[in-house]
Amino acid sequence: MAAPPTSRPVEAAAVVTRPREDSDVAGLGRWRAGAFAAPALVLVAIFLVFPALWTLYLGLLDYSLGGTTAQSPQYVGLRNFSDALSDPLFTKALYLTLLYVGFSAVLGQNILGFLLAWYFRTAPGWVRVIVNVLVLLAWILPGSVVAFLWQALLDRNNGTLNEILHTTGTAWTIDHPMIVIIIFNIWRGTAFSMLLYSAALSTVPSSHLEVARLAGARPWQQLRDVVLPTIRRHVLTNTLLITLWTFNDFTPFLITGGGPDNESQTLPVFIYKTALLGKQQLGYGSAFSLLLLVANLIIAVIYIRFLRGSKR
Amino acid sequence: MRPRVGAIVACATAATLLLAGCVSGKKTKTDPTKNTSAKNVSLTISANDIVGGKNAAEADWITKDVIPGFVAMEKAKGVTAKVSFVGAGVDDEKYKTKLELNLRTGKASDVFAADGIWLGELATAGYVKPLSQVVGNAATSWDGWAQISNTVQQNLTYQGQLYGVPNGTDGRVIYFNKKLFAQAGLPADWQPKSWDDILAAGQKLKKVSGVNPIQIDAGTPMGEATTAQGFLPLLAGTGQPLFDATSKKWQGATPQVTAVLDFYRKIYQGGLGDPKLQQDQAGRDQSFAEFSKGKIGMLVEGDYFWRSIICPDKSTTACNTTAMPDRNTTVGYALIPAEKPGSGVNGQDFVSVSGGTGWYLSPDTKYPQQAWELLSYMGSLAAQTQLSKAQVRISARDDVNKTTLGNDPLLTFIADKVLPITVYRPSDENYVAVSVAIQQATADVVAGKSPASAAKTYQNSLEKAVGGSAHVQTG
Repeated sequence: MAAPPTSRPVEAAAVVTRPREDSDVAGLGRWRAGAFAAPALVLVAIFLVFPALWTLYLGLLDYSLGGTTAQSPQYVGLRNFSDALSDPLFTKALYLTLLYVGFSAVLGQNILGFLLAWYFRTAPGWVRVIVNVLVLLAWILPGSVVAFLWQALLDRNNGTLNEILHTTGTAWTIDHPMIVIIIFNIWRGTAFSMLLYSAALSTVPSSHLEVARLAGARPWQQLRDVVLPTIRRHVLTNTLLITLWTFNDFTPFLITGGGPDNESQTLPVFIYKTALLGKQQLGYGSAFSLLLLVANLIIAVIYIRFLRGSKR
Repeated sequence: MRPRVGAIVACATAATLLLAGCVSGKKTKTDPTKNTSAKNVSLTISANDIVGGKNAAEADWITKDVIPGFVAMEKAKGVTAKVSFVGAGVDDEKYKTKLELNLRTGKASDVFAADGIWLGELATAGYVKPLSQVVGNAATSWDGWAQISNTVQQNLTYQGQLYGVPNGTDGRVIYFNKKLFAQAGLPADWQPKSWDDILAAGQKLKKVSGVNPIQIDAGTPMGEATTAQGFLPLLAGTGQPLFDATSKKWQGATPQVTAVLDFYRKIYQGGLGDPKLQQDQAGRDQSFAEFSKGKIGMLVEGDYFWRSIICPDKSTTACNTTAMPDRNTTVGYALIPAEKPGSGVNGQDFVSVSGGTGWYLSPDTKYPQQAWELLSYMGSLAAQTQLSKAQVRISARDDVNKTTLGNDPLLTFIADKVLPITVYRPSDENYVAVSVAIQQATADVVAGKSPASAAKTYQNSLEKAVGGSAHVQTG
């Protein structure tokens, strides 16, 4: 992300080597540059801008998959949106999504991924390979396969976990649905954070660490004062990516189905159930989709602000 | 830069509004004379059946009897027919979603199976058309109709028009495990006369260790089974139909609805049933497995349970792990009693709920006449007799039933004792949404809420589902 063109003297001073007015660094001219960017812009328009606006439009309709409103959708203005915001199930889904994102991605995957990268960075090659393979496996297996394995693990009557703990009859996905999907997502997604942090840690100059050690810094002091400042931008990028992925993650549905009694119904699951199951309200579901999109944008904007801040 | 961003947004909005015309109803022009003389015909059949899995007997019938039989019949007429079967083995609700998406985009199979209770929704959406429009004379003058009773035809009738060929009908009873009943000191010819009799038997079964006394489907994961196997037979036992056809009103939070929810409370908050089984995503399948292993005392289900879940023959793929080799001696069945003797609909002592699936034609089919030939072949005496060999069920055809039902004691029982007293579900386009509200009400009680508060929530969702309190009866 480039800093926005601004007249602040500090930034202008920082880029003295490049005159601020010259935005045409490639020397192509506006029209040729536009032609180069056009294919990408067209793709973005077709696959991102148009669907978003289409969702907005569908959100203005009383429109369902079956029944009379499938045959003749009714324009209802902003009613779907006002209904959505006062729908207790939406509030609940939003709350559960924040819990899910906060504990499984922002805290869980981030911290576990960093710790794995940190502790195994000095390990012998074969240990690192084994750890990498194990962690990566959880990440690269298809969601449906993984969900089936977790169902087998957590099954109430014949589940592996109950066999190991001698707790036959404990219905994990019903008694502790949120904890189950949070642990599941930490297990599933840590690989990405681990890989990103492994790469980030290799950019920390070993001379800096050496100096810190000679100065008598303990490991956690090295971490705090040398490593973290160096990889701060990596942390933000990683957190942004996994937050957005987790926000839109549908896999919990494959494990708990949003149940019991909507206790693990995150927003994507809620949208699926609203739009395609039961009453199949495509219009109402689109309104929720748009709200999810707005939530994503807000998160992205906040992180990008942080990133810019960290550059200074 | 600002004005340009504005221009982009404006252009995109304009484009969206231009395309907005795309969201309109599906309008299919049917033409019964399309491709009538085609020499090469390809057709597809789809159903929520799959070889080796869900409804395997029917899937086998389609692939091994129907398709080869039909292809041979067409060949004799000089027509090369290619027929393929698109199977599925998922929850009915998800099958319905897939079906509707296919129908909406005009990609549905030429012949497909759908539950009669979905007809209102499919027809008002314009996804299916009456047989008289899709096929015309050939369908309306079919000789098979004479064998299909009016009641069964009603399942596939919407606003006086027939939309497909019924596959048969069914009825719900209480199944019970005679071995467990003996241990609890209950008779092998048990027949409850009121809800209290059910609860009293449940109390006795509760004393037998490791037994889940009563399974009456509840909650949202069980889907339509909660409504059809649980709530509706109970509601019929209070004397109130769910939908009053004359006043066009649905049952809201009436004392009868609250009474049904209170019966659920006595079971699931009183330790007579397993609440977690109702919340489990695979709860219905698990309840089947538990019953077949002798861990459930009584269970309310349709005849589907008897023929497709606990059939005695393990060697056929039909029942797999839930087969009960000793079914005929171990499993008993009883009529579902009204709340109190005489309190049921029409003053009945016993009640039941029936429905029925059927085979429909896609209005988008390229070969309407040939698709109808396939459909009527499936409904023919020969094909239905073949189906009954794989699995006895209550066929739509009286001539088939006459020779086959006698072979199975339960189906005889249902045909003789249950069908005369049963009620059918309304084929209204809002039925499915009402059913969802019902499932949620029972889920609330299972989760520990009071029947009164569950009924109140139900009333609210019902009003939303059917378009306002004017369509809801509360008295």
